[in-house]
Amino acid sequence: MSFSKVEALARGELESLQFDRLGFTLEQAFKTPFYRGRLKEAGIGEDFRPGSWEEFQRLPFTVKDDLRAAYPVGLLAEPHEKIVRLHASSGTTGIPTVIYHTKDDLSSWAGLVRRSLCAAGAGESDVFQNMMTYGLFTGGFGLHYGAEELGMLVIPTGAGNTMRQFRMMRDFKTTIVHATPSYLLHIHEKMREEGIGREELFLRKAIVGGEPHSEDTRRKIEELLKIDVYNCYGLSELNGPGVAFECVHKAGMHLWEDAYIMEIIDPDTLLPLPDGETGELVCTTLQRNATPLIRYRTRDLTRIIAEPCACGRTHRRIARIMGRSDDMLIINGVNVFPSQIEEVLMRSRGIGSNYQIIVEKAGALDKLTVKTEIASSAFSDDTRSMNALTRYIKEALKASISINPAVELHEPGILPVWEGKATRVIDTR
Amino acid sequence: MIIKQISVFLENISGRLAEVTRILADNKINLRALTIADTADFGILRIIAVKPDEAVRILTQAGFMAKETDVLAVEVEDKPGALAAVLDIFSKNSINIEYMYASLERSADKAVIVIKVEDVERGIKVVEANGLKPISAF
Ligand SMILES: [Zn+2]
Repeated sequence: MSFSKVEALARGELESLQFDRLGFTLEQAFKTPFYRGRLKEAGIGEDFRPGSWEEFQRLPFTVKDDLRAAYPVGLLAEPHEKIVRLHASSGTTGIPTVIYHTKDDLSSWAGLVRRSLCAAGAGESDVFQNMMTYGLFTGGFGLHYGAEELGMLVIPTGAGNTMRQFRMMRDFKTTIVHATPSYLLHIHEKMREEGIGREELFLRKAIVGGEPHSEDTRRKIEELLKIDVYNCYGLSELNGPGVAFECVHKAGMHLWEDAYIMEIIDPDTLLPLPDGETGELVCTTLQRNATPLIRYRTRDLTRIIAEPCACGRTHRRIARIMGRSDDMLIINGVNVFPSQIEEVLMRSRGIGSNYQIIVEKAGALDKLTVKTEIASSAFSDDTRSMNALTRYIKEALKASISINPAVELHEPGILPVWEGKATRVIDTR
Repeated sequence: MIIKQISVFLENISGRLAEVTRILADNKINLRALTIADTADFGILRIIAVKPDEAVRILTQAGFMAKETDVLAVEVEDKPGALAAVLDIFSKNSINIEYMYASLERSADKAVIVIKVEDVERGIKVVEANGLKPISAF
């Protein structure tokens, strides 16, 4: 496994590179109407160049609502003729967020993705089938250009149309796919239904992203499809996929620190937390010309893994995303992440991979219902053993989330199946 | 003389029950006995049909979760105390009855009772030893 020099820079050198590039980001930021106002308010002059982390922390945060307020061009730092693409959140309601890219921006993004794919063990002889949506959403294009940059044969199938995906995988001997975890589970179900044998496919790896998932889900996919699954982190405001990526050791995602300054803050006090503590990830872009972002609050909860990685890369890793502060459900005063519920369900025998979480009002209290599908192998004519299964899941959930949920068993195929991003939580409160 | 009962998971009791019976009727599979065990949110339908293997195959194809379960069936006379006498046989031999139900069809003076016990073979032996006749087919 080989990688570029910048991926293994000594920490000191990497930090001076960050401060250098931060100067460029501040320069770009002052070209945008939004940051000119915001930085002035914070008492930051145009010549301010932080020389330490304490000084860096004088810079104000940026949040998603700032991007909305700056819509459509308030965060544009380059003249229109330099811009070659934009991506926007597809938000069906409200104002979208928009990120512009110059040619250089796109090429550094593709470079980060190329580097990420290499870290996961991809090479130019691989055939890469991209099952992520192409469009305003960054997942499809992001991996596409990085995979081409690496020299893989790229099949841009996009999301959905599972039978066509199978044909492509079989006929072009696809070795790596990029998809959401729920789509990979769907693919496995479909293989069983259609009688497609694992030996007909040449698959060896999958890159998963686009939705939060647990370590158990990863292991389940790896076992079912007999492939290696790598976790990838990205956020459309920070380009998209390729911000942080797992190397072959699968022990957290290296966040590319030559392209982003990362911090973990306490979402309540907004104070930085030491490495290892869980909080909200905050990133500053270091290489973006068109839409620079300073201390952008991602809303994603994670922690920094600062210990050196066995692969030799010096860029610190972030742990699997624990959930978004937005996804967090407050049920009768207790904080619950859907990812915790998923983890318990994936570990439980006797149920399938589909589930739904319903939160509703029952009088003055909140009521949590978890719907799961019973596996055919666990179906019994004996009500006692079926009730025991329900009780077991209930108790496992109670132990994990400290809330007593109602658990419903359903027939396989009854709960909605997603071909794209899963929306498994229904909150009617 | 083991009877194959078909057990079907019912997502929504009334709607899915109607579907099961319609599918079986469409395939000319006659029902001999039927009962539903319901819990708070689902039901388990238990049926005795003439061609159990075929019934399970057809129901599975139609998207139902169905499996076969071994049970035994005995004929009892349609008179007061007859059922109690049968139940006595099981309790004297310490055989726990998990559930039981009556057949849909009966002649003027006999009823057929379907009984589920853990060890069906032993259940059959005990019934025979006490002079009753487990029936072999519906
Ligand atoms: Zn590593």
